[in-house]
Amino acid sequence: MSDHLSTLIFGRLSWEAVPFHEPILIATFAMVVLGGAFVLGAITKLNAWGTLWHDWICSIDHKRIGIMYIVLGLLMLLRGFADAVMMRAQQAVAFGGEAGFLPPHHYDQIFTAHGVIMIFFVAMPLVTGLMNYIVPLQIGARDVAFPFLNNFSLWMTVGGAVLVMLSLFVGEFARTGWLAYPPLSGLLQSPDVGVDYYLWSLQIAGIGTTLSGINLIATIVKMRAPGMTMMKMPVFTWTALCTNVLIVASFPVLAGALALLLMDRYVGTNFFTADLGGSAMLYVNLIWIWGHPEVYILVLPVFGVFSEVVSTFSGKKLFGYASMVYATVVITILSYLVWLHHFFTMGSGASVNSFFGITTMIISIPTGAKIFNWLFTMYHGRIKFEVPMLWTIGFMVTFVIGGMTGVLLAVPPADFVLHNSLFLIAHFHNVIIGGVVFGLFAGINYWFPKAFGFKLDAFWGKVSFWCWLVGFWVAFAPLYVLGLMGVTRRISHFDDASLQIWFQVAAVGAGIVALGIAAFLMQLWVSWRNRAALRDVTGDPWHGRTLEWSTSSPPPDYNFAFTPVVHDHDAWYDMKQRGHQRPTQGFKAIHMPKNTAAGVVIAGLATLCGFALIWHMWLLVGLSFAAVVAAAIIHTFNYHRDFHIEAGIVERTEQARTRALAAAA
Amino acid sequence: MTNLLQAPARLALAGLLVLLAGCDTVVMKPSGDVAAQQAQLIVASTLLMLLIIVPVIALTLLFAWRYRQSNASATYTPDWDHSTRLELVIWGAPLLIIIALGALTWISTHKLDPYRPLDRIDAQRPVAAGTKPLVVQVVALDWKWLFIYPEQGIATVNELAAPVDRPIEFRITASTVMNSFYVPALAGQVYAMPGMETKLHAVINQPGDYEGFSANYSGAGFSGMRFAFHGLPDADFGRWVERNRAEGATLGRVDYLKLEQPSEREPVRRYAKVDPKLYPAILDRCVDGRQMCQSQMMAIDAAGGLGKGGVQGVERQAWRGTQRAVVAAMCTPADPYGTQAAQP
Repeated sequence: MSDHLSTLIFGRLSWEAVPFHEPILIATFAMVVLGGAFVLGAITKLNAWGTLWHDWICSIDHKRIGIMYIVLGLLMLLRGFADAVMMRAQQAVAFGGEAGFLPPHHYDQIFTAHGVIMIFFVAMPLVTGLMNYIVPLQIGARDVAFPFLNNFSLWMTVGGAVLVMLSLFVGEFARTGWLAYPPLSGLLQSPDVGVDYYLWSLQIAGIGTTLSGINLIATIVKMRAPGMTMMKMPVFTWTALCTNVLIVASFPVLAGALALLLMDRYVGTNFFTADLGGSAMLYVNLIWIWGHPEVYILVLPVFGVFSEVVSTFSGKKLFGYASMVYATVVITILSYLVWLHHFFTMGSGASVNSFFGITTMIISIPTGAKIFNWLFTMYHGRIKFEVPMLWTIGFMVTFVIGGMTGVLLAVPPADFVLHNSLFLIAHFHNVIIGGVVFGLFAGINYWFPKAFGFKLDAFWGKVSFWCWLVGFWVAFAPLYVLGLMGVTRRISHFDDASLQIWFQVAAVGAGIVALGIAAFLMQLWVSWRNRAALRDVTGDPWHGRTLEWSTSSPPPDYNFAFTPVVHDHDAWYDMKQRGHQRPTQGFKAIHMPKNTAAGVVIAGLATLCGFALIWHMWLLVGLSFAAVVAAAIIHTFNYHRDFHIEAGIVERTEQARTRALAAAA
Repeated sequence: MTNLLQAPARLALAGLLVLLAGCDTVVMKPSGDVAAQQAQLIVASTLLMLLIIVPVIALTLLFAWRYRQSNASATYTPDWDHSTRLELVIWGAPLLIIIALGALTWISTHKLDPYRPLDRIDAQRPVAAGTKPLVVQVVALDWKWLFIYPEQGIATVNELAAPVDRPIEFRITASTVMNSFYVPALAGQVYAMPGMETKLHAVINQPGDYEGFSANYSGAGFSGMRFAFHGLPDADFGRWVERNRAEGATLGRVDYLKLEQPSEREPVRRYAKVDPKLYPAILDRCVDGRQMCQSQMMAIDAAGGLGKGGVQGVERQAWRGTQRAVVAAMCTPADPYGTQAAQP
């Protein structure tokens, strides 16, 4: 085969791209192969391929898609956390003459991958998964507005994650930091495939995220149950609405910024180069115009989770519902006016810096109001310390410290000495772990019985909580101190031996968090084994207040046999107060969307196209792109998109529930 | 009960120790007046915020304990969800704190603007009228620091020195990628960016040896991109300058192009003589003389640009073992930057 032809087919991919010389990667690869073989074997043994394909991969049911998002997020959490452990281990040993086990070439990929994975492929899927599962149930809908799009969004997100994982074993990942600032991420400084893996995986996953945002906005705006006016929406739905508005408004900016960088790298434009009139400052501004709202995209939904949890487990109405809603909306708007605080040190004038510093501080007012609202929801309540409530109290105590250090960093002259230091690292882990992660665990523990019909084991849940809480503080309190010692982030080797003890303590903290993750996996396993004892047939194990608790656990495909009518923002609590009787007859056929393979096929082809673009396999680029377009067009000719669940089936399902409820009572 | 209390007490003690450790650090106890004011600002802002943070944490724990399910004697009002008076407090209290902090921010950001020339040496001494600051031109290279002293006509790599109590004016740029120039003991950091100049005004008040480094990740050699900063009494600074003059080599464009090549953990280098046009050429991105200076490009664009003809000037030139696109240098009658000297 001529060189020309092989370049056309394989681009710059060759056997050299496979890191045979990296023992860590080879071991990882072996583990992945073994694990993969085990999973594939198990699926074959259980004869589950058909179920997996028809009922899950092709499913357009928002509940199944929500669960798959959460599975993706938890799997990627293991990868992202493995990166964290390697960084902590490297920094705990790499002092003076000891180089540590990770050379910069490897270390720099790890901190980049850690950030990218934790934000885009852990936090985002977990948050999106929760919203996907809960929002339609909370508003009394049967599915999202665009069920096929929902399935497609999921698989595009998975496609991005697949590319990031692939970079472990084929080629390498970016060595630029998680936001890939040019000129470092430009072609001259990073000519290899790492940055291209970064860019294409985020572009592909970003399409999924944006479409999912549009989908959920349409769902919340158009599909609420009768009577549910905007000011009667559950708080979680409110926060989901604001988050998806943020997604739709900000992800196109990310896509645009990354597209400009892609053009710099692929077609020789000079948007962000140092020569030929490019300006890297433009990229930094654009990426943070997306990046700051992104922080609120992650944290607003978990604020919603905490609102639901605090109210449910205090046995009280949420204090200040209206002010909670206004606070959420104010945060949504303000989150667009603060991006420059990520680079005060770029040398903008004092007035510009003060403006962005003060807008940042103003956000702490509605956030503070939220904290007070949760506090006064607990006041005069009857607090049950179930696992979700523990996470919530842990959050309130931890998050306010992170909020305080955040406001401190918003004071520009203070930021000049703390920017890019480990103090900053401690701060954003303080709000992301103490806020987002704690909230996600609260949400998973809270809604798990809704999704699977049995509660999660409380003992292992508590072990997990305490390990995370203590582990977080042991891991990150030293980083606050190191930041005040002037230690900068992203360093792979230190000369000053007096710092080592702090890094060793932080490594112990990471170990405690690892126990927390292990305890969570143990919790899942133990709960599965004891599912008979943990079973909940009522559908309302926590004495919940919102509509998702009015249907069975897990809910039937159609969610609600009859669309509920809403009179209060705690709709289900209100129905229970008024002695609601579950209808047992008069069922009608229910119109539902039909599963389809189009989403996974198009996303798979798009991922293939991304891979081909990364390696400059131009022939495959052309073919896969044509296939993406063709598959999308063919899908438009599929007219068999819906079906009816017959009245008889609905009746049988509901009668089974009636019997189960009677047996339980 | 004592056992129950011991654990939190120990935790609190550990927390206190961490806090104390945090106070006795270079950022909180620096040796330059600008950094000292920044440290004071950190303390003032933190105390201001603790006014609200401490009660919130205390109330959270108190309410969680007091209103636990097993405490049947506590009041229970399941439908109480609104109080206008409380709402006023929970929005008003943070608002007041932020008004105070916002005022502090506005004033301190302007007063400590890195671009603003200093008006004081320290809390007691204003800068005497007519004092000229020591100018240092800082260039972040891959992965080392070049410091040029135009007044003294010398330069150093990975070593910076300044006389105690004399205002310093840093002019900061970079050769290829973004870095951040930071000496924690002296003053806050400012980014170093190619083709752009940022400024930082500072003063060192106590003689001593301090550390400086890049605070913005810049690639493979980033971890070793550190330099020593010496705060020296006047006489010692004079001797330090003399030492550079005595031991140093010459830094012209050709030497710079060699120096600029990527290298890690460079030892200190000294230059007795520096081409005075070198720093402007670095900033203008045309040291090698084969590339059009940015200032020329901007002048052409300001005059309306060359239209499609501009493309003619773009060519690919060899660069660090690969190629890069640049606008080729134009012939200039007087060769104002002495670009011929750099031709290999």
